Amino acid sequence: MYTTKYHKASDAANAASLLSGAQDGKILAGGQTLVPTMKQRLAAPSDLVDISGIDALRGITVTARKKLGVLKAKDGATITIGAATTHAEVAGNADLAKACPVICGLAGEIGDPAVRHRGTIGGSVANNDPAADYPAALMALGATITTNQRSISADDFFTGLFATALNDGEIITEISFQAPAEGGYGKFPSPASRYAMVGVFAAKSIDGDVRVAVTGAGDDGVFRHAGLEAALASNWSADAVSGVDVSADGLMSDIHGNAAYRANLIGVMAKKAVSA
Amino acid sequence: MTKIAMNVNGKAVSREVPDNTLLVEYIREHLRLTGTHVGCDTSQCGACVVHVDGKAMKSCTMLAAAAEGATVTTVEGLAASKDELHPMQIAFKDNHGLQCGFCTPGMIMSATDMVERYQAEGKELTEEAIRHELEGNICRCTGYHNIVKSIQDGASKMTNA
Ligand SMILES: Cc1cc2nc3c(=O)[nH]c(=O)nc-3n(C[C@H](O)[C@H](O)[C@H](O)COP(=O)(O)OP(=O)(O)OC[C@H]3O[C@@H](n4cnc5c(N)ncnc54)[C@H](O)[C@@H]3O)c2cc1C
Ligand code: FES
Ligand code: FES
Repeated sequence: MYTTKYHKASDAANAASLLSGAQDGKILAGGQTLVPTMKQRLAAPSDLVDISGIDALRGITVTARKKLGVLKAKDGATITIGAATTHAEVAGNADLAKACPVICGLAGEIGDPAVRHRGTIGGSVANNDPAADYPAALMALGATITTNQRSISADDFFTGLFATALNDGEIITEISFQAPAEGGYGKFPSPASRYAMVGVFAAKSIDGDVRVAVTGAGDDGVFRHAGLEAALASNWSADAVSGVDVSADGLMSDIHGNAAYRANLIGVMAKKAVSA
Repeated sequence: MTKIAMNVNGKAVSREVPDNTLLVEYIREHLRLTGTHVGCDTSQCGACVVHVDGKAMKSCTMLAAAAEGATVTTVEGLAASKDELHPMQIAFKDNHGLQCGFCTPGMIMSATDMVERYQAEGKELTEEAIRHELEGNICRCTGYHNIVKSIQDGASKMTNA
C-alpha cells in the first residue's frame, strides 16, 4: 500500500473540510472496498478521512405512516438509514425487520459476517460496484440519497460502472425510502466472491407502482427492467415473470457466465424475488 | 507516523506506526502476536479475523488507525489464562477441527463470534447456520466437516462453561 495520511472526522462538515484541504483525499467508511483496493495499489489517496466513527451518520429510523397499532409492512413507513450504518446493523434492526424485511435479508447476505460488521450502506452506494446488492434495492425502492450538498434520486444517482452522480468531495449522509407493500430480492451469489452474479430486486409501492432493478448483469451497471415492471404491475407473481422475454442485449459476459446465461438468470431471480 | 493506542488482549498497548499500517501488521509485526494469520490479498480467507470491540473483523482489511482506542481480542487472548484453552479451542482439538492449522485462528475467532451473536439473539446455531456463517473463512485442508463439528461442540461447551 502506498503511503497515506489518516484523519478521523468528527462530523460530516469536518470531513468535508478535511477532504477539501487534501490533495487527493478519499472518504474511508468501512474500508471493505477501499482498503483491498489500496492494498492492490489500484488506489493511492493522499489522505483518508474516516467517517466510520461519526455517530450522526449512523443509525436507522423507521417512521410508520399510521401512528396507531403495531408496525406492519403493509401499512407503509418512511425509512432512513445513516450512511455509516453497517450491513450487520441493517440486517439486525428489529423495526426494519417489521417494516421492510427484504432490506434486512439483503444486508444479511452481503459478503460474510466480518465484512458485514464493517462495510456500510454509504460505502456500497458510493462505490456502485456493478455486482453490489444495495444499488438494486435503492433503485427498485425509488430511494433518495442525501449528501452534504443535496438530495439525489436513485434513478439519477447510479450512472454506470463504479460511477455515480457524486461530485468530488461530496459525502453521502443518509439514504431514505418508503417501505414497499411488496418487495423481494433474488440473488445468485458468485460462489467465490459472494457478490451477485445476478440480483433482482422487485418492489411494489403502497400506491401500486412496481419497480424492478437488476444488479450483477448490466454492461453499464445496475438498471431497471421495463418488461418485468410491466408484467409484475398487472400481476405480481412468478407466472407473470414467465411471460417476459429477457434480452441478452447490454448484459455482461465474463468468466462467470455469458450474457445469455445472465439473461436467463434474471428471469429465475425475478421469480425468486416475487415468490419470497 | 502516528501513535496508535488500543487495548489488545486486556493490555493497553501503544505504537508509533505509519498511517498505512494495517491492523494485522500492527498485531503481527509491532506487537509480535503472530497467532493472527494472513492467508490472502483479497479479503476473502478469514485467517486474519480478530474481535474489535466484540465483533469479528478482518484485520487485513482495516487500518490500525481505525482501531485507535478499540478493544481488540486475538486468538492469543481468548483463553482465560496462559495455561488454559478456550472451550472453542478445546473443541477444535477434540474434534480434529484442523490439519495444517493455518486457518484455525481465524476459524476460532469467527466461531466464538457466531456463537456469542446467536446466543445474544436467542437463535439456534444449526449446522446449516454454521456453514453459512463460515462464508468468509477458507480452509484448504479439512473439507470443513470437522470444523463444523468442532463449532457445534464448542458452542455447547461455551454454553455449559
Ligand atoms: C469478501 C467481500 C465480500 C463482499 N461481498 C459483497 C456482496 O456480496 N455484495 C455487496 O454488495 N458488496 C459486497 N462487498 C463489498 C462491501 O459491501 C463493502 O462494504 C461496500 O461495498 C463498501 O462499503 P465500505 O463502508 O466498506 O466503504 P469503503 O471501502 O470505506 O469505501 C468505498 C468507496 O466509497 C466511498 N465512500 C464511502 N462512504 C462514503 C460516503 N458516505 N459518501 C461518499 N463516499 C463514500 C469511499 O471513498 C470509497 O471510494 C464485499 C466485500 C468483501 C471484502
Ligand atoms: S488475510 Fe484477511 S481475509 Fe485473507
Ligand atoms: S487446516 Fe489447513 S487451511 Fe484449514
